Amino acid sequence: MRETMPSKQFETLYADAKRIYADARQKPGPKIFVGLATCGIASGALETKQAFEEALAEQRLDAQIFTVGCGGHCYAEPVVVIDHPESGFPPIFYPNVSPGKAKMLTKLFLVEGDPRFEHLLGATIENELIPSVMTFSRFNMEERVITAMCGQVDPERIHDYVALGGYRALDRALQSNPDDIVSEIRLSGLRGRGGAGFPTGEKWELARRAGATTKYLICNADEGDPGAYMDRTIIESNPHQVLEGMAICAFAAGIEKAIVYVRAEYPLAVKTIEKAIQEANQLNLLGEDILGSGFNFSIEVFQGSGAFVCGEESALIQSIQGSRGMPRHRPPFPVEKGLWGQPTIINNVKTLASVPPIIAKGAGWFQSIGTAQSPGTAVFSVVGDVVHPGLVEIPMGATLRTLIYDICGGIPNKKAFKAAQIGGPSGGCLSKDFLDTPIDFDSLADAGAMMGSGGLVVMSEDSCVVDVSRYFLDFTQKESCGKCTFCRIGTHHLLKMLERMTKGKGQAEDLSLLKSLSQDVQRGSLCGLGKTAPNPILTSLQYFEDEYQAHVMEKRCPGLTCRELTAFYIDLKKCARGCDACVGSCPTDAIFTTSTRKKGIDQELCVKCGECAEACPPEYDAVERVSPVSLVPIIEKPKTKQ
Amino acid sequence: MTDSEKEELQEILDSIKTELRQFKKERSELIPILQMIQERFQYLPPEALALVASHVGIAPAEVYGVATFYNQFRFHPPGKHPVKVCLGTACHVKGGDIILENFERKLEIAEGETTADKEFSIERVACVGCCALAPVALMGETVHGNMAPSKVEGLILRIEVEKERARREEEKQDKNA
Repeated sequence: MRETMPSKQFETLYADAKRIYADARQKPGPKIFVGLATCGIASGALETKQAFEEALAEQRLDAQIFTVGCGGHCYAEPVVVIDHPESGFPPIFYPNVSPGKAKMLTKLFLVEGDPRFEHLLGATIENELIPSVMTFSRFNMEERVITAMCGQVDPERIHDYVALGGYRALDRALQSNPDDIVSEIRLSGLRGRGGAGFPTGEKWELARRAGATTKYLICNADEGDPGAYMDRTIIESNPHQVLEGMAICAFAAGIEKAIVYVRAEYPLAVKTIEKAIQEANQLNLLGEDILGSGFNFSIEVFQGSGAFVCGEESALIQSIQGSRGMPRHRPPFPVEKGLWGQPTIINNVKTLASVPPIIAKGAGWFQSIGTAQSPGTAVFSVVGDVVHPGLVEIPMGATLRTLIYDICGGIPNKKAFKAAQIGGPSGGCLSKDFLDTPIDFDSLADAGAMMGSGGLVVMSEDSCVVDVSRYFLDFTQKESCGKCTFCRIGTHHLLKMLERMTKGKGQAEDLSLLKSLSQDVQRGSLCGLGKTAPNPILTSLQYFEDEYQAHVMEKRCPGLTCRELTAFYIDLKKCARGCDACVGSCPTDAIFTTSTRKKGIDQELCVKCGECAEACPPEYDAVERVSPVSLVPIIEKPKTKQ
Repeated sequence: MTDSEKEELQEILDSIKTELRQFKKERSELIPILQMIQERFQYLPPEALALVASHVGIAPAEVYGVATFYNQFRFHPPGKHPVKVCLGTACHVKGGDIILENFERKLEIAEGETTADKEFSIERVACVGCCALAPVALMGETVHGNMAPSKVEGLILRIEVEKERARREEEKQDKNA
């Protein structure tokens, strides 16, 4: 793209924002930054913030509290960064700050100048006093493009974003030729981050060339995968990067109206994006005649009502039009005939958030990150059996091993890695042979999984792949819209078969039936939901067939997870006489005292929740779980005197 | 339905009628209208669906079809202390279903139901987004992380204790008065 000078209007805006930002942040005195996205709030960040406020008032301290979004460090929530220049220390990152810790830090650090080394994770910048967090792989192996400013800016203050360089790309775009913008995006090789990986530039080109006068842009934030929350976090932490990307897209494709489709289950995201739109309108970064360019563009918010299938674009359109979200046949694609029959671009949150950095830094820069076929970064929400779960942004092409072991700290309790379920209910279950597979659209598709939503569930040796397949099928079966027979009824039978297996009622022919029905459901379904619903089964059957065999043939669950196939018992050699630790923990009163004053479990009453194993003091560690059930030794229950 | 319940419903319907005036009589307003009703009254009374149908100008069956399609909409009023158990992927792997089962056992209702005294209701939700705290349950708006069966008992007990305390306070005040 041709170099441009910032417009006069933008220069004034930028100067104002910079002044407002500096006024707030350069005031003398300590500054406390509290992460207040949904995950932080769930971990008690609001109480922590309140504790800081109270402690500051008690100590009569003049310190400022800033609310910021989420930096993706879920394992450390509530996260607090304290910048206390007078103490001589750099800004410090504190993890897991409870209200009590907040009060303690106010007194000991802010008043007395002791940063309490045992509670800090590190400094946020390089310095000589405290090791910087940037020396930890959880921080320095990430490559942040989409989430670069998440956790840095206050999502409710547009000035933060503008002062740090936001909306500059929009200003630049508005002075360029729309064709140049589209070709820049094309050149960058950006592919849709919603999962399918369609080239974004191509989609924009199609919309640009569509002759209609009214066209729409929809930002898809209907994140339905039950384990992925990156879109929500991006909107809650830095909504303006998404809005800026939308405005650039709209200008390039000649669109004047846009909708952000957010799940209603994300109340904070809805509130944050609404506030952001209002602020951008006030500063003329949205609305009529944006920055004096003559370009008009407005954004509305539509709340999705919680149907997984509405992430599919034609179903999403149906739901905006007030109908049941049922996909229709494509073509015509929405980009030809979409919302209200007009050409419509539907892009994912992460796709749109990638646009401003590309326009600002150029396609060549974006190409230099990631792989040739999948340039850029990918955002994953890594959950399950990992030490440091959370949101991670990595360059495409990084391996699963890097992601799980180097960045997220590996599997806790020295357990072995068993599988990674990547891409949510549409994705696949990959074994340890794939730890060195690069993560990009094509390599994952070759392995039978998909990039999908970006959910990554890590499973240790203690989890059961059959059970996880059953879980995902239970989900897709409930979420099937019911239009295609194979999806509606096929998933039902797949689920029934898996349920049978996890209950020890599987039959020998189930395995081959499972496979052939899965393939039929793939073939017989119209939209992505049905086409990908059997993926968890097919991949796990391929890579973990022995586990399925164990369930069906031996009625044994190797991961000791399926409740009907496992049982708990108390090892009398280890159980301590007279100890009652497990008795109170049992929700069904299944634990009795044996004639030797040790404990036994009444298998009839036991619901296999595992609480007694938790309650048993580690020095005894007497509760054992075994599979199959027949391995449980018989322990006589003394007859109670009535 | 008791008389007081009938009265309550009538009040709800009347206020929905007033609210409806803000919405255009268009199909595209259907989901926002349903969301508004649910947000104000926590559920969609069947009688309200008929009102909405005539406002938008479509058959009540069609409104019902849309409302039942989406997970967000509820057709029974929830309890005073709605329990939501997260069954997202991370919570499932860490035993979310055991937590759900414990709530069901303690409260003696199934998921999707409300207790007879209208104090508690149980719902399952797909991911509340704090996977690092799995398994998670919500009691009202408060998120409780790292749930365990014994914590289920504790949470219910806490509410019952508070209720008992409030009742005794009241008794005391009545005596004083």
